[in-house]
Amino acid sequence: MSADKEIKFSDDAYALVQKIIKRYPEGKQKSALIPVLHVAQAEFNGWLSAPVMDYVASLLNITSIEVYEVASFYTMFNLKPVGKCVIEVCRTGPCWLMGAEDLVKYLEKKLDIKEGQTTADGMFTLKTAECLASCGTAPMMQIGEKYHENLTLNKVDQILDECRATVIEPISHWSKKEIKA
Amino acid sequence: MGRKLLTENINVPGIQSLSVYRQQGGYETLKKALGMTSDAIVEEVKKSGLRGRGGAGFPTGMKWSFLAKPEGVPRHLVCNADESEPGTFKDRYMMERIPHLLIEGMAIGSFALGAHSSYIYIRGEMMYVFHILQRAIDEAYEAGLLGKNIMGSGYDFDLYVHCGAGAYICGEETALIESLEGKRGNPRIKPPFPAIKGLWERPTVVNNVESIMAVVPIIKMGGDEYAKIGIGKSTGTKLISACGHINKPGVYEIELGVPVEEFIYSDEYCGGIRNGKELKAVVAGGSSVPVLPKDLILKLANGEPRLMSYESLSEGGFATGTMLGSGGFIVMDEDTSIVKNLWTFTRFYHHESCGQCSPCREGTGWMEKLLHKILDGHGTLSDVDLLWEIQSKIEGKTICPLGDAAAWPVASAIRHFRHEFEEYVKNPQNIKKDHHYYRVNNISPEFA
Ligand SMILES: Cc1cc2nc3c(=O)[nH]c(=O)nc-3n(C[C@H](O)[C@H](O)[C@H](O)COP(=O)(O)O)c2cc1C
Ligand code: SF4
Ligand code: FES
Repeated sequence: MSADKEIKFSDDAYALVQKIIKRYPEGKQKSALIPVLHVAQAEFNGWLSAPVMDYVASLLNITSIEVYEVASFYTMFNLKPVGKCVIEVCRTGPCWLMGAEDLVKYLEKKLDIKEGQTTADGMFTLKTAECLASCGTAPMMQIGEKYHENLTLNKVDQILDECRATVIEPISHWSKKEIKA
Repeated sequence: MGRKLLTENINVPGIQSLSVYRQQGGYETLKKALGMTSDAIVEEVKKSGLRGRGGAGFPTGMKWSFLAKPEGVPRHLVCNADESEPGTFKDRYMMERIPHLLIEGMAIGSFALGAHSSYIYIRGEMMYVFHILQRAIDEAYEAGLLGKNIMGSGYDFDLYVHCGAGAYICGEETALIESLEGKRGNPRIKPPFPAIKGLWERPTVVNNVESIMAVVPIIKMGGDEYAKIGIGKSTGTKLISACGHINKPGVYEIELGVPVEEFIYSDEYCGGIRNGKELKAVVAGGSSVPVLPKDLILKLANGEPRLMSYESLSEGGFATGTMLGSGGFIVMDEDTSIVKNLWTFTRFYHHESCGQCSPCREGTGWMEKLLHKILDGHGTLSDVDLLWEIQSKIEGKTICPLGDAAAWPVASAIRHFRHEFEEYVKNPQNIKKDHHYYRVNNISPEFA
């Protein structure tokens, strides 16, 4: 992020953040931190840079370190740039029993990247996740807010094609559509 | 067919919406509760024998009666919708399909506890369910079921939904509270217990989604009626999320006391093992509980059938038993590598340890490495002994039960499947073959 570009939420996001803060008692606005970081991640290209975290700190009237220590604790927050579609494949026991390991290998091969990496065109980042409470429909993966369940390799191909065809800006867990809602 | 108290209307088209939920009698129980005294509600929950459905099985009515009520200090009910225990997917299933049941339960529970604002803490990965809940809450506000003077009762109640951001440990109730305060999910040292000092140092009750939902049928039918369902001290119904190598994975509401064998093999539930294979082992209550081989999960040591109940599943202690836990029922067929499955669990606990206690932080990592070494074909017999020793030094020596949860799967796998570890150590050339597990459907040739 260039230093001269001002970091600021869109009007919709700003209004949403104000609404979120009101969910907690007065003086306890720090409680809003995690939801607000999700909104920030959605607003600023799918990841949290230090300036973005500082901005969130200023909105919540807390110190930057309080934001950094939280952002670095939770796996859903990306502290480095990511692709437009972050693919999170569940790898825990129940999904492993149903072939999650093959699924990861297949995606690595198909996208020509290793787990944790981003494709050269900036389209996909491949991550693994721990149990996403979808074990009965394993194997599964998540992209943005969407759960893709009962996966087959054909389905995976279709999903990747669809992402390539439709996704123009980074998708986050807290979707842009929900920020506007 | 067993009785369905929570899932009775789950397939009614449109039940996600307030209008259909109300057509099916939704919020009538809240109305009834608002006409009762809070003590009377707590009494019904006590009589029902309901035990916490989040995993620990602590009696809900008793937990509610422990809540401190200092003058002038607000108190809160917090719903634990963090659902991250591997194998468990019942809460997501319910919240997604019938969100108003949770809202109704939260309103009744909060009224009983004298809480005027309460929170649902849902894991961040389930963001779409977070929005479903938020929309349902908005609907309920518009209909006067939440907010000021709900249903004309004079009781003011605000309900909020809050999301996490990926951390299993935030399912532990004090870590959840820390997280809800906008901090890292580090469990607190107890005492003080949340009932005395919880969210923002206020008295707090944390309950699982299913526990809170179960309060609705309990108040509707009365605690005594509810207690007639089930077996012994395992009263009522329980949601079991069944997964792994079975014909019909899914969420089943059972009357506690169904024989395990019936649960696995009958068409009403899991429908037997996939592809005509034999059952090898089951993890009956989420990844944290001990794994049991076929003969021990189906039958007690005395040969009687084991039942799906708190008592029967734990019969025999850890020597021959396990736990009902969260109801995450993971089934493994004859081709499954117990060692490799265990490695995925241990990797999970290592990844999820918050790092506050050395035995958990270091021990989970050592165990993961040892299992990896064995699976890589470089294990020795003393590694198996070392694994055993490490797990025994974690259990009971940590701030929160995640340490125990990491130790039990390792201990039980060695206890019941030591031969498999030894085989891997003695004949590493066989490991690859033994790794057989289900392949993703339609596998392309290069992955076959
Ligand atoms: C590591 C760990 C993870 C837990 N995860 C959950 C969870 O996801 N959901 C849940 O309801 N309880 C979870 N629990 C149990 C909670 O600490 C707490 O006992 C429970 O929410 C109480 O609700 P109940 O009495 O209604 O079961 C977890 C406990 C531990 C130690
Ligand atoms: S047992 Fe593990 S997860 Fe629990 S507080 Fe200690 S280090 Fe953290
Ligand atoms: S193990 Fe993958 S969703 Fe539970």
